[in-house]
Amino acid sequence: MAATKAAIGLWRRLLALFGGLLGGLLGVAGARAADLPENKAEALIHSYSGGGVNAYGPAFLVRKSIFDKVSLTGTYYVDAVSNASIDVVTTASPYKETRHEFGLSADYVYRDAQITFGLMTSHEPDYVANTGSLDVTQEVFGGMTTIAFGFTRASDTVKKHNEPDFKDSADHWQYRLGLTQILTTRWLMSVNFEALSDEGYLASPYRVARVFGAAVPERTPRTRTGRAVKLRLVGDLGNRDAMHVGYRYFTDTWDIRAHTAEIGYSRYFGENWLADSFFRYYSQTGALFYSDNATSETLYVSRNRQLSTFNNMGLGGRLSYNLRRVPGRYDLKLNGSYEYTRFKFKDFTDLRDGSLYGYASNVVQVYLSATY
Amino acid sequence: MTALRPLVVAAGVALSLLGGCAMPTVPTIQPWVKPYERERLGDPIMKLSRDALPDKHFEHVRDVREGARGATGFQGGGCGCN
Repeated sequence: MAATKAAIGLWRRLLALFGGLLGGLLGVAGARAADLPENKAEALIHSYSGGGVNAYGPAFLVRKSIFDKVSLTGTYYVDAVSNASIDVVTTASPYKETRHEFGLSADYVYRDAQITFGLMTSHEPDYVANTGSLDVTQEVFGGMTTIAFGFTRASDTVKKHNEPDFKDSADHWQYRLGLTQILTTRWLMSVNFEALSDEGYLASPYRVARVFGAAVPERTPRTRTGRAVKLRLVGDLGNRDAMHVGYRYFTDTWDIRAHTAEIGYSRYFGENWLADSFFRYYSQTGALFYSDNATSETLYVSRNRQLSTFNNMGLGGRLSYNLRRVPGRYDLKLNGSYEYTRFKFKDFTDLRDGSLYGYASNVVQVYLSATY
Repeated sequence: MTALRPLVVAAGVALSLLGGCAMPTVPTIQPWVKPYERERLGDPIMKLSRDALPDKHFEHVRDVREGARGATGFQGGGCGCN
Protein backbone atom coordinates (compact mmCIF):
# COMPACT_ATOMS: atom_id res chain seq x y z
CA MET A 1 0.00 0.00 0.00
CA ALA A 2 2.82 2.35 0.96
CA ALA A 3 4.63 1.52 -2.28
CA THR A 4 1.48 2.32 -4.32
CA LYS A 5 1.03 5.66 -2.55
CA ALA A 6 4.68 6.47 -3.11
CA ALA A 7 4.38 5.61 -6.81
CA ILE A 8 1.18 7.69 -7.19
CA GLY A 9 2.87 10.55 -5.32
CA LEU A 10 5.92 10.40 -7.61
CA TRP A 11 3.70 10.30 -10.70
CA ARG A 12 1.72 13.35 -9.50
CA ARG A 13 4.90 15.27 -8.72
CA LEU A 14 6.30 14.45 -12.16
CA LEU A 15 3.06 15.57 -13.87
CA ALA A 16 3.07 18.80 -11.85
CA LEU A 17 6.70 19.38 -12.80
CA PHE A 18 5.89 18.66 -16.45
CA GLY A 19 2.98 21.12 -16.43
CA GLY A 20 5.05 23.77 -14.69
CA LEU A 21 7.97 23.34 -17.04
CA LEU A 22 5.71 23.46 -20.13
CA GLY A 23 3.96 26.60 -18.88
CA GLY A 24 7.26 28.23 -18.10
CA LEU A 25 8.73 27.38 -21.45
CA LEU A 26 5.72 28.68 -23.39
CA GLY A 27 5.99 31.94 -21.48
CA VAL A 28 9.66 32.50 -22.26
CA ALA A 29 10.61 34.19 -25.49
CA GLY A 30 14.20 33.35 -26.29
CA ALA A 31 16.31 33.93 -29.35
CA ARG A 32 16.73 30.57 -31.06
CA ALA A 33 19.64 29.46 -33.20
CA ALA A 34 18.86 25.75 -33.25
CA ASP A 35 15.68 24.24 -34.71
CA LEU A 36 13.02 22.26 -32.91
CA PRO A 37 12.86 18.57 -33.85
CA GLU A 38 10.84 18.13 -37.05
CA ASN A 39 7.15 17.20 -36.83
CA LYS A 40 6.96 13.46 -37.19
CA ALA A 41 4.58 10.49 -37.03
CA GLU A 42 5.45 6.79 -36.86
CA ALA A 43 3.17 3.72 -36.88
CA LEU A 44 4.92 0.42 -36.17
CA ILE A 45 3.98 -3.26 -36.04
CA HIS A 46 6.69 -5.19 -34.20
CA SER A 47 7.24 -8.87 -33.61
CA TYR A 48 9.74 -10.94 -31.62
CA SER A 49 10.00 -14.71 -31.55
CA GLY A 50 12.72 -16.79 -29.95
CA GLY A 51 13.38 -19.19 -27.10
CA GLY A 52 9.67 -20.00 -26.75
CA VAL A 53 8.68 -16.34 -26.34
CA ASN A 54 6.48 -14.51 -28.83
CA ALA A 55 5.85 -10.80 -28.43
CA TYR A 56 4.10 -8.53 -30.89
CA GLY A 57 2.06 -5.38 -31.01
CA PRO A 58 1.56 -1.94 -32.48
CA ALA A 59 3.32 1.26 -31.47
CA PHE A 60 2.56 4.86 -32.41
CA LEU A 61 4.43 8.15 -32.14
CA VAL A 62 3.30 11.68 -32.98
CA ARG A 63 5.49 14.78 -32.58
CA LYS A 64 4.19 18.29 -33.24
CA SER A 65 5.56 21.73 -32.49
CA ILE A 66 3.35 24.25 -30.70
CA PHE A 67 3.68 28.01 -31.21
CA ASP A 68 7.11 27.30 -32.75
CA LYS A 69 8.56 27.10 -29.23
CA VAL A 70 7.86 23.65 -27.85
CA SER A 71 7.63 20.31 -29.58
CA LEU A 72 5.38 17.71 -27.92
CA THR A 73 5.75 13.97 -28.50
CA GLY A 74 3.22 11.31 -27.55
CA THR A 75 3.89 7.56 -27.79
CA TYR A 76 1.82 4.43 -27.23
CA TYR A 77 3.46 1.01 -27.27
CA VAL A 78 1.91 -2.45 -26.84
CA ASP A 79 3.68 -5.74 -26.11
CA ALA A 80 1.41 -8.81 -26.25
CA VAL A 81 3.57 -11.61 -24.85
CA SER A 82 3.01 -15.36 -24.88
CA ASN A 83 5.75 -16.95 -22.81
CA ALA A 84 6.75 -20.61 -23.04
CA SER A 85 10.47 -19.97 -22.48
CA ILE A 86 12.75 -22.70 -21.13
CA ASP A 87 12.32 -21.31 -17.56
CA VAL A 88 8.57 -21.49 -17.93
CA VAL A 89 8.29 -24.95 -19.53
CA THR A 90 10.70 -26.54 -17.03
CA THR A 91 9.47 -24.90 -13.81
CA ALA A 92 6.07 -23.26 -14.40
CA SER A 93 3.16 -22.97 -16.87
CA PRO A 94 3.09 -20.99 -20.12
CA TYR A 95 1.21 -17.68 -19.85
CA LYS A 96 0.04 -14.70 -21.89
CA GLU A 97 -0.06 -11.06 -20.87
CA THR A 98 -0.08 -7.61 -22.42
CA ARG A 99 2.02 -4.56 -21.56
CA HIS A 100 0.81 -1.05 -22.38
CA GLU A 101 3.24 1.86 -22.35
CA PHE A 102 2.34 5.54 -22.67
CA GLY A 103 4.91 8.28 -23.11
CA LEU A 104 4.78 12.07 -23.27
CA SER A 105 7.73 14.38 -23.80
CA ALA A 106 8.41 18.04 -24.55
CA ASP A 107 11.38 19.53 -26.41
CA TYR A 108 12.32 23.16 -26.02
CA VAL A 109 15.07 24.93 -27.93
CA TYR A 110 16.82 27.99 -26.53
CA ARG A 111 19.70 29.42 -28.55
CA ASP A 112 21.99 26.40 -29.16
CA ALA A 113 20.50 24.23 -26.42
CA GLN A 114 17.67 21.70 -26.50
CA ILE A 115 15.89 20.66 -23.32
CA THR A 116 13.77 17.50 -23.31
CA PHE A 117 11.48 16.50 -20.48
CA GLY A 118 9.78 13.11 -20.66
CA LEU A 119 7.30 10.97 -18.75
CA MET A 120 6.50 7.32 -19.34
CA THR A 121 4.24 4.78 -17.67
CA SER A 122 4.20 1.04 -18.37
CA HIS A 123 1.45 -1.30 -17.13
CA GLU A 124 1.31 -5.08 -16.96
CA PRO A 125 -1.03 -7.13 -14.75
CA ASP A 126 1.84 -7.82 -12.31
CA TYR A 127 4.22 -4.88 -12.95
CA VAL A 128 3.81 -1.11 -13.12
CA ALA A 129 6.69 1.21 -14.00
CA ASN A 130 6.66 5.03 -13.93
CA THR A 131 9.56 6.97 -15.40
CA GLY A 132 10.56 10.63 -15.63
CA SER A 133 13.58 12.00 -17.50
CA LEU A 134 15.30 15.29 -18.25
CA ASP A 135 17.90 15.71 -21.02
CA VAL A 136 19.85 18.77 -22.18
CA THR A 137 21.98 19.08 -25.32
CA GLN A 138 24.15 22.10 -26.00
CA GLU A 139 25.98 22.90 -29.22
CA VAL A 140 29.39 24.50 -28.76
CA PHE A 141 32.49 25.22 -30.85
CA GLY A 142 30.56 26.67 -33.79
CA GLY A 143 28.13 23.76 -33.78
CA MET A 144 30.89 21.20 -34.32
CA THR A 145 30.54 19.76 -30.82
CA THR A 146 27.34 18.77 -29.03
CA ILE A 147 27.41 18.10 -25.30
CA ALA A 148 24.54 16.14 -23.75
CA PHE A 149 23.61 15.29 -20.20
CA GLY A 150 20.52 13.73 -18.72
CA PHE A 151 18.84 12.05 -15.80
CA THR A 152 16.16 9.38 -15.49
CA ARG A 153 14.24 8.39 -12.38
CA ALA A 154 11.92 5.39 -12.39
CA SER A 155 9.78 3.74 -9.76
CA ASP A 156 8.27 0.26 -10.24
CA THR A 157 5.64 -1.75 -8.40
CA VAL A 158 6.16 -5.52 -8.53
CA LYS A 159 3.26 -7.93 -7.99
CA LYS A 160 2.66 -11.63 -8.50
CA HIS A 161 -0.18 -13.51 -10.17
CA ASN A 162 -2.40 -15.47 -7.79
CA GLU A 163 -0.66 -14.04 -4.73
CA PRO A 164 -2.44 -10.78 -3.84
CA ASP A 165 -0.35 -10.43 -0.67
CA PHE A 166 2.91 -10.17 -2.65
CA LYS A 167 3.89 -6.62 -3.44
CA ASP A 168 7.33 -4.99 -3.62
CA SER A 169 8.99 -2.04 -5.34
CA ALA A 170 12.09 -1.15 -7.31
CA ASP A 171 13.64 2.27 -7.88
CA HIS A 172 16.01 3.21 -10.67
CA TRP A 173 18.34 6.15 -11.30
CA GLN A 174 20.27 6.83 -14.51
CA TYR A 175 22.76 9.66 -15.10
CA ARG A 176 24.25 10.17 -18.55
CA LEU A 177 26.83 12.33 -20.30
CA GLY A 178 27.53 12.45 -24.01
CA LEU A 179 29.61 14.24 -26.60
CA THR A 180 29.14 14.25 -30.38
CA GLN A 181 31.99 15.68 -32.43
CA ILE A 182 32.11 16.55 -36.12
CA LEU A 183 35.53 15.39 -37.27
CA THR A 184 35.49 16.28 -40.96
CA THR A 185 32.91 17.19 -43.61
CA ARG A 186 32.13 13.45 -43.82
CA TRP A 187 32.84 11.91 -40.43
CA LEU A 188 31.46 12.34 -36.92
CA MET A 189 31.90 10.48 -33.67
CA SER A 190 30.13 10.23 -30.34
CA VAL A 191 31.05 9.15 -26.82
CA ASN A 192 28.31 8.36 -24.29
CA PHE A 193 28.66 7.48 -20.62
CA GLU A 194 25.86 6.35 -18.34
CA ALA A 195 25.73 5.41 -14.64
CA LEU A 196 22.79 3.24 -13.60
CA SER A 197 21.64 2.47 -10.09
CA ASP A 198 18.82 0.13 -9.02
CA GLU A 199 17.40 -0.50 -5.59
CA GLY A 200 14.57 -2.74 -4.44
CA TYR A 201 13.15 -6.02 -5.66
CA LEU A 202 15.38 -6.84 -8.65
CA ALA A 203 14.53 -10.55 -8.96
CA SER A 204 11.54 -12.31 -10.52
CA PRO A 205 8.86 -13.62 -8.16
CA TYR A 206 8.33 -16.57 -10.52
CA ARG A 207 11.88 -17.72 -11.27
CA VAL A 208 13.55 -20.50 -9.31
CA ALA A 209 17.22 -21.30 -8.73
CA ARG A 210 18.73 -24.76 -8.23
CA VAL A 211 20.69 -25.64 -5.10
CA PHE A 212 21.96 -29.24 -4.87
CA GLY A 213 19.51 -29.99 -7.70
CA ALA A 214 16.49 -28.74 -5.73
CA ALA A 215 14.37 -25.81 -6.89
CA VAL A 216 14.37 -22.80 -4.51
CA PRO A 217 13.09 -19.22 -5.01
CA GLU A 218 15.91 -17.06 -6.41
CA ARG A 219 17.54 -14.59 -4.02
CA THR A 220 19.00 -11.46 -5.64
CA PRO A 221 20.73 -8.44 -4.00
CA ARG A 222 18.45 -5.41 -3.57
CA THR A 223 21.00 -2.98 -4.98
CA ARG A 224 22.89 -2.84 -8.26
CA THR A 225 25.08 -0.15 -9.79
CA GLY A 226 26.38 -0.24 -13.35
CA ARG A 227 28.51 1.89 -15.67
CA ALA A 228 28.39 1.89 -19.46
CA VAL A 229 30.47 3.74 -22.03
CA LYS A 230 29.81 3.67 -25.76
CA LEU A 231 31.88 4.97 -28.68
CA ARG A 232 30.46 5.44 -32.18
CA LEU A 233 31.93 6.56 -35.48
CA VAL A 234 29.78 7.41 -38.52
CA GLY A 235 31.18 8.20 -41.94
CA ASP A 236 29.91 9.18 -45.37
CA LEU A 237 31.74 6.96 -47.87
CA GLY A 238 31.08 9.28 -50.80
CA ASN A 239 28.93 7.12 -53.08
CA ARG A 240 25.52 7.83 -51.50
CA ASP A 241 26.52 5.34 -48.82
CA ALA A 242 27.66 5.47 -45.20
CA MET A 243 29.02 3.21 -42.51
CA HIS A 244 28.96 3.15 -38.73
CA VAL A 245 30.91 1.26 -36.09
CA GLY A 246 30.26 1.14 -32.36
CA TYR A 247 31.60 -0.39 -29.19
CA ARG A 248 30.13 -0.45 -25.67
CA TYR A 249 31.68 -1.64 -22.42
CA PHE A 250 29.49 -2.32 -19.39
CA THR A 251 30.38 -3.33 -15.85
CA ASP A 252 28.38 -3.52 -12.63
CA THR A 253 28.54 -4.38 -8.94
CA TRP A 254 27.13 -7.86 -9.65
CA ASP A 255 30.42 -8.50 -11.49
CA ILE A 256 28.86 -8.62 -14.95
CA ARG A 257 31.24 -7.31 -17.62
CA ALA A 258 29.90 -7.00 -21.14
CA HIS A 259 31.28 -6.03 -24.54
CA THR A 260 29.08 -5.00 -27.47
CA ALA A 261 30.49 -4.39 -30.96
CA GLU A 262 28.47 -3.37 -34.00
CA ILE A 263 29.11 -2.39 -37.58
CA GLY A 264 26.68 -1.23 -40.23
CA TYR A 265 26.50 -0.10 -43.84
CA SER A 266 23.78 2.02 -45.49
CA ARG A 267 23.21 2.92 -49.12
CA TYR A 268 20.66 4.72 -51.29
CA PHE A 269 19.35 2.93 -54.39
CA GLY A 270 17.78 5.20 -56.96
CA GLU A 271 15.55 8.04 -55.80
CA ASN A 272 13.28 6.08 -53.51
CA TRP A 273 15.13 3.25 -51.79
CA LEU A 274 17.46 3.20 -48.77
CA ALA A 275 18.96 -0.06 -47.49
CA ASP A 276 20.74 -0.63 -44.16
CA SER A 277 22.61 -3.71 -43.00
CA PHE A 278 24.21 -4.36 -39.63
CA PHE A 279 26.08 -6.95 -37.60
CA ARG A 280 26.18 -6.99 -33.79
CA TYR A 281 28.20 -9.10 -31.36
CA TYR A 282 27.55 -9.20 -27.62
CA SER A 283 29.28 -11.15 -24.83
CA GLN A 284 29.13 -11.01 -21.05
CA THR A 285 30.49 -12.71 -17.96
CA GLY A 286 28.04 -14.02 -15.37
CA ALA A 287 26.99 -12.43 -12.07
CA LEU A 288 28.82 -13.46 -8.88
CA PHE A 289 25.75 -15.25 -7.50
CA TYR A 290 24.65 -16.92 -10.74
CA SER A 291 24.74 -20.70 -10.66
CA ASP A 292 23.30 -23.30 -12.96
CA ASN A 293 23.12 -25.67 -9.99
CA ALA A 294 24.68 -24.34 -6.76
CA THR A 295 26.72 -26.79 -4.73
CA SER A 296 26.80 -24.66 -1.58
CA GLU A 297 24.28 -22.54 0.32
CA THR A 298 24.85 -18.82 -0.30
CA LEU A 299 22.98 -15.64 0.67
CA TYR A 300 22.18 -14.88 -2.97
CA VAL A 301 21.55 -17.37 -5.73
CA SER A 302 19.99 -17.02 -9.18
CA ARG A 303 19.52 -19.12 -12.27
CA ASN A 304 18.44 -16.16 -14.40
CA ARG A 305 20.18 -16.85 -17.72
CA GLN A 306 20.28 -13.07 -18.38
CA LEU A 307 22.88 -13.03 -15.58
CA SER A 308 24.86 -16.03 -16.88
CA THR A 309 27.93 -16.16 -19.12
CA PHE A 310 26.82 -16.06 -22.76
CA ASN A 311 27.24 -14.40 -26.12
CA ASN A 312 25.02 -13.62 -29.08
CA MET A 313 25.49 -12.57 -32.68
CA GLY A 314 22.91 -10.70 -34.70
CA LEU A 315 22.64 -9.93 -38.41
CA GLY A 316 19.97 -7.60 -39.70
CA GLY A 317 18.78 -5.18 -42.30
CA ARG A 318 16.27 -2.45 -43.03
CA LEU A 319 14.67 -1.33 -46.28
CA SER A 320 12.96 2.06 -46.63
CA TYR A 321 10.85 3.20 -49.58
CA ASN A 322 9.63 6.74 -50.30
CA LEU A 323 5.88 6.30 -50.76
CA ARG A 324 5.12 9.96 -51.36
CA ARG A 325 6.97 13.23 -51.06
CA VAL A 326 5.56 16.72 -51.40
CA PRO A 327 8.48 19.13 -50.84
CA GLY A 328 7.81 21.58 -48.05
CA ARG A 329 4.65 19.75 -46.95
CA TYR A 330 5.20 16.11 -46.08
CA ASP A 331 7.27 13.01 -46.68
CA LEU A 332 5.92 9.44 -46.22
CA LYS A 333 8.08 6.31 -46.04
CA LEU A 334 7.32 2.59 -45.76
CA ASN A 335 9.98 0.63 -43.86
CA GLY A 336 10.72 -2.99 -43.03
CA SER A 337 13.40 -4.38 -40.66
CA TYR A 338 14.56 -7.88 -39.78
CA GLU A 339 17.21 -9.19 -37.37
CA TYR A 340 18.30 -12.77 -36.75
CA THR A 341 20.20 -13.39 -33.50
CA ARG A 342 21.81 -16.56 -32.19
CA PHE A 343 22.30 -16.95 -28.38
CA LYS A 344 24.86 -19.38 -26.91
CA PHE A 345 24.92 -19.93 -23.15
CA LYS A 346 28.12 -21.18 -21.51
CA ASP A 347 26.77 -22.28 -18.11
CA PHE A 348 22.99 -22.65 -18.44
CA THR A 349 21.79 -26.16 -19.14
CA ASP A 350 18.55 -27.31 -20.70
CA LEU A 351 17.00 -29.33 -17.85
CA ARG A 352 15.16 -31.48 -20.39
CA ASP A 353 18.30 -33.09 -21.83
CA GLY A 354 21.27 -31.71 -19.83
CA SER A 355 22.88 -29.96 -22.81
CA LEU A 356 24.05 -26.33 -22.85
CA TYR A 357 21.16 -24.11 -23.88
CA GLY A 358 21.02 -21.91 -26.96
CA TYR A 359 18.36 -20.47 -29.22
CA ALA A 360 17.76 -18.22 -32.21
CA SER A 361 15.46 -15.20 -32.28
CA ASN A 362 13.78 -13.24 -35.06
CA VAL A 363 12.74 -9.59 -34.88
CA VAL A 364 10.45 -8.20 -37.57
CA GLN A 365 9.29 -4.59 -37.89
CA VAL A 366 7.03 -2.98 -40.48
CA TYR A 367 6.34 0.71 -40.10
CA LEU A 368 5.25 3.93 -41.73
CA SER A 369 7.17 7.12 -40.93
CA ALA A 370 6.14 10.59 -41.97
CA THR A 371 7.57 14.07 -41.52
CA TYR A 372 5.27 17.03 -42.03
CA MET B 1 43.73 6.42 -46.08
CA THR B 2 40.33 8.15 -46.29
CA ALA B 3 39.04 5.95 -43.48
CA LEU B 4 41.96 6.99 -41.26
CA ARG B 5 41.44 10.68 -41.83
CA PRO B 6 39.07 11.22 -38.84
CA LEU B 7 41.58 9.56 -36.53
CA VAL B 8 44.37 11.75 -37.89
CA VAL B 9 42.23 14.85 -37.37
CA ALA B 10 41.29 13.77 -33.82
CA ALA B 11 44.93 13.15 -32.98
CA GLY B 12 45.83 16.56 -34.42
CA VAL B 13 43.18 18.26 -32.30
CA ALA B 14 44.40 16.51 -29.16
CA LEU B 15 48.01 17.49 -29.85
CA SER B 16 47.03 21.07 -30.61
CA LEU B 17 45.07 21.29 -27.35
CA LEU B 18 48.02 19.89 -25.40
CA GLY B 19 50.35 22.28 -27.18
CA GLY B 20 47.97 25.15 -26.42
CA CYS B 21 48.20 24.39 -22.71
CA ALA B 22 51.97 24.34 -22.71
CA MET B 23 52.55 27.28 -25.10
CA PRO B 24 50.03 30.11 -24.77
CA THR B 25 51.30 31.68 -27.98
CA VAL B 26 49.86 28.86 -30.16
CA PRO B 27 46.76 30.17 -31.98
CA THR B 28 43.35 29.07 -30.63
CA ILE B 29 41.66 26.30 -32.63
CA GLN B 30 38.75 27.51 -34.73
CA PRO B 31 35.87 25.30 -35.98
CA TRP B 32 37.30 23.76 -39.12
CA VAL B 33 34.06 22.44 -40.64
CA LYS B 34 31.85 25.41 -41.49
CA PRO B 35 28.05 25.15 -41.33
CA TYR B 36 27.81 25.26 -45.16
CA GLU B 37 30.19 22.28 -45.34
CA ARG B 38 27.89 20.02 -43.27
CA GLU B 39 25.41 19.03 -45.97
CA ARG B 40 26.60 15.41 -46.06
CA LEU B 41 26.53 15.17 -42.25
CA GLY B 42 22.89 16.30 -42.27
CA ASP B 43 21.75 13.51 -44.56
CA PRO B 44 19.37 11.02 -42.85
CA ILE B 45 21.82 8.23 -43.71
CA MET B 46 24.27 9.76 -41.18
CA LYS B 47 21.87 9.90 -38.22
CA LEU B 48 22.73 7.81 -35.16
CA SER B 49 18.97 7.10 -34.78
CA ARG B 50 16.69 7.69 -37.76
CA ASP B 51 13.30 6.53 -36.41
CA ALA B 52 12.54 6.46 -32.68
CA LEU B 53 10.01 3.61 -32.38
CA PRO B 54 11.85 0.83 -34.24
CA ASP B 55 15.11 1.73 -32.47
CA LYS B 56 13.32 1.72 -29.11
CA HIS B 57 11.92 -1.75 -29.94
CA PHE B 58 15.37 -3.16 -30.76
CA GLU B 59 16.68 -1.59 -27.55
CA HIS B 60 13.88 -3.12 -25.49
CA VAL B 61 14.38 -6.58 -27.03
CA ARG B 62 18.07 -6.46 -26.02
CA ASP B 63 17.58 -4.88 -22.57
CA VAL B 64 15.34 -7.70 -21.35
CA ARG B 65 17.67 -10.47 -22.58
CA GLU B 66 21.15 -9.12 -21.86
CA GLY B 67 22.78 -8.13 -18.58
CA ALA B 68 24.20 -4.85 -19.91
CA ARG B 69 22.25 -1.61 -20.30
CA GLY B 70 22.84 2.07 -20.89
CA ALA B 71 24.86 4.60 -22.91
CA THR B 72 22.76 3.99 -26.01
CA GLY B 73 21.00 7.34 -26.12
CA PHE B 74 17.64 5.88 -25.04
CA GLN B 75 16.08 6.81 -21.71
CA GLY B 76 14.80 3.28 -21.03
CA GLY B 77 12.42 2.51 -18.20
CA GLY B 78 11.35 -0.32 -16.01
CA CYS B 79 9.22 -3.28 -16.98
CA GLY B 80 8.81 -6.77 -15.68
CA CYS B 81 9.75 -8.37 -18.95
CA ASN B 82 12.41 -10.75 -17.66
